[in-house]
Amino acid sequence: MNRKAEVICLQCPLACRVEVEVDKDNKVVSASNYKCKRGKTYAAQEIINPVRVLTTTVRVLTRDQIHPLLPVTTREAIPKGLLQDAMKQLAGIEVKTPVKYGDVICPNILNTGVDVVATSEVLN
Amino acid sequence: MSGIIERSVDVAVIGGGPGGLGAAIKAREAGAKNVVLLERSEELGGMLPQCIHNGFGLHYFKEELSGPAYIHRLVKELAKTDVDVMTQTMAIKLEGTRITALTEKTLTRINAKAVILGMGCRERSRGNIRIPGHRPAGVFTAGTAQRLINVEGYIPGKKVVILGSGDIGMIMARRLTLEGAEVVCLVELLPFIGGLIRNEVQCLRDFNIPVYTSHTVSDVIGKNRVEKVVISQIDKELKPIPGTEKEFEADTLLLSVGLIPENELSTMTGVKLEPTGGPQVDDLWQTSVSGIFAGGNVVHVHDLADYVTESSEMAAVNAVKYINGYLPVERKVNVKGGKNIRYVVPNTIVSNQPVSFFMRVTWPLKNATVRIGGLVSKKYAFVRPSEQIRIDVPAEMMKGFREDIIVNCDGEEDVAR
Ligand SMILES: Cc1cc2nc3c(=O)[nH]c(=O)nc-3n(C[C@H](O)[C@H](O)[C@H](O)COP(=O)(O)OP(=O)(O)OC[C@H]3O[C@@H](n4cnc5c(N)ncnc54)[C@H](O)[C@@H]3O)c2cc1C
Ligand code: SF4
Repeated sequence: MNRKAEVICLQCPLACRVEVEVDKDNKVVSASNYKCKRGKTYAAQEIINPVRVLTTTVRVLTRDQIHPLLPVTTREAIPKGLLQDAMKQLAGIEVKTPVKYGDVICPNILNTGVDVVATSEVLN
Repeated sequence: MSGIIERSVDVAVIGGGPGGLGAAIKAREAGAKNVVLLERSEELGGMLPQCIHNGFGLHYFKEELSGPAYIHRLVKELAKTDVDVMTQTMAIKLEGTRITALTEKTLTRINAKAVILGMGCRERSRGNIRIPGHRPAGVFTAGTAQRLINVEGYIPGKKVVILGSGDIGMIMARRLTLEGAEVVCLVELLPFIGGLIRNEVQCLRDFNIPVYTSHTVSDVIGKNRVEKVVISQIDKELKPIPGTEKEFEADTLLLSVGLIPENELSTMTGVKLEPTGGPQVDDLWQTSVSGIFAGGNVVHVHDLADYVTESSEMAAVNAVKYINGYLPVERKVNVKGGKNIRYVVPNTIVSNQPVSFFMRVTWPLKNATVRIGGLVSKKYAFVRPSEQIRIDVPAEMMKGFREDIIVNCDGEEDVAR
C-alpha cells in the first residue's frame, strides 16, 4: 500500500507544505508543493523514518531537595515511533549522585545505538 | 532584620537569567571593578532550568543545548570571575542607580554607578485575560506546569486543555503527552498558531493534538477541581459566538497567553515604558533614566535565549563605558513602529554605531517588505508574529538617519482577518 502525507518542511522559514507519497518499499513515488530540493529530501525522510531528539527528566536519589529530577537528552535523534517506549524505559531509572553534565544515564536506549545523557549536574 | 548594610559597586545586575549572567560576566570583562549580581531565587538561570528541551545555544555556543545545559555553560564562565553573586536576594526598590535588596536576614543598600535590569518577564495569568466560569483548582499557567513537571517532578493533571498557542503552551502539550497525560485540545484566539512552526510540527502534529484556532475558552466548570472546559468560536470582535460551544471533559486548563516584562522596579524609578511592554531603550541599551541599562526579556520577548545573552552583554559593555564617561551619545532619533509592526527595539538611536533592529509584526503576511525609515528595506517571503525580525544596519547607513524613523511592513495577507 502506498502512503501519503503532507509534511511541513522545516528547512527554511518558507515552511512549504510538501505532499509526498511512498510505495510499500518506501520509495518516493511522488512529491509536490516544495520550492527547492531540500524540501523533497526532508519530506521523504519524514515519511520514511522521522526522527526526533527526546528531552525529558529522570529521578535522582539526592538529599538536595531542589533537584529531585535530572534533565536528560538523547545524544542524537531517535525514531519518532520509539519516543513513548523510550519514556517508559527512562521512567524506571533512578540516578545516584553525583552526576555530571554529559554523563551517560542510559546507554544505547532501545538498541538505537544512541545514549541518553545528562544535560545538567547534581553534585550531592 | 539586623540593620541595613551599605555597599558601593561599579555595576549591579538585577536578575540571574541568561541575560543577567551574560551581563555580569561581560561587565567584569569590560573593566568594571566590582560587579554584583542579584537573584531572588535560590538558583541561577532564570527560566532556563525548567526549559529542558533543546534549541538553545546554536548562536551563542555554536551547539544545540537544553535550557539547563545553556545555563550550566554560563554559570561555569561566571565562576571564573570575581562577580559577587547574591542569590535569594530580591531587589525591592530602585531609586536611580541605588538598589535596596532584601536577603534572608538583612536589607542591603547597593549604591551602583550603573545598573543593568535583567528581570525577565512573567506569564499572563487568568486574571490578566478574564476567563469566565468557576474558580476551581486545576488552572495553571503553562510555565507553572513546566516548572512542576520538569523541576519538581509533579504532573499537574491527566486530561488537559491548553489555551494559547505560544511556544511554551505547545512545548507543554508535547511534554504532557510524553508523560502520559492526555492533551484534549489546544485552543487559540487568533486564526493562526502563535508560536514557531517547528513547535507546531514537533509538539502538536507529531502527537495528533486537536487544534481549534479562532476559538476561546468560554466557560470553566467544576466545583473543587476543573471538570469541564467549554470552548466557543469567536467573532470579529473576538467575542464567543453563542451556539458554537464545545464541551470537553478535562481536569486541567493551561494558559499560554503571553508574557509581560517585570516592570515594578523600572516604573518605581521613572523608567519610561514602550509598546514592547518593557522599558524604553536606546541603541546602547540605556533606559530613559541615565545609568540604568536593560537587556534580555525585560526589554522585549526575544525568540532565542542566545539573543537575550547578546543584548544583555551589549547593555553591560555600554554600562561600563558610561561609568568611564565615554558613552558615545551623539544625537537622538526616535524609532516608531508603523504599519503592521507591533513594536521595534531600540526605541531611540543615540550613537553613530551599527544598530540591530528587532521587531515583531502584528499579522502574518507573504511577499513582505520591511522598511526602516527611507533608507533600509528588506524583503521576506513570509513574516509572522511568532518570528522576530532582525535587521542589522551598518554605521555608515545609520549616520543618514536625522529624523524620526518609522518602521513599516507591507505585503499580501497570508491569513484572512
Ligand atoms: C514560563 C516561561 C517559559 C519559557 N520557556 C521558554 C522556552 O522554552 N524557550 C525559550 O527560548 N524561552 C522561553 N521563555 C522565555 C525566556 O524567559 C527567555 O528565553 C530567557 O529565559 C529570558 O532571559 P532573561 O535573563 O531575560 O530572563 P529570565 O530568564 O526570566 O530571568 C530573570 C531572572 O531575574 C530574577 N528577578 C526578577 N526580578 C527580580 C528582582 N526584583 N530581584 C532579583 N531577581 C529578580 C528572576 O528570578 C529570574 O531568575 C520562557 C519564559 C517563561 C516566563
Ligand atoms: S522546500 Fe525548500 S523552500 Fe520550501 S521550506 Fe523547504 S527548504 Fe524552504
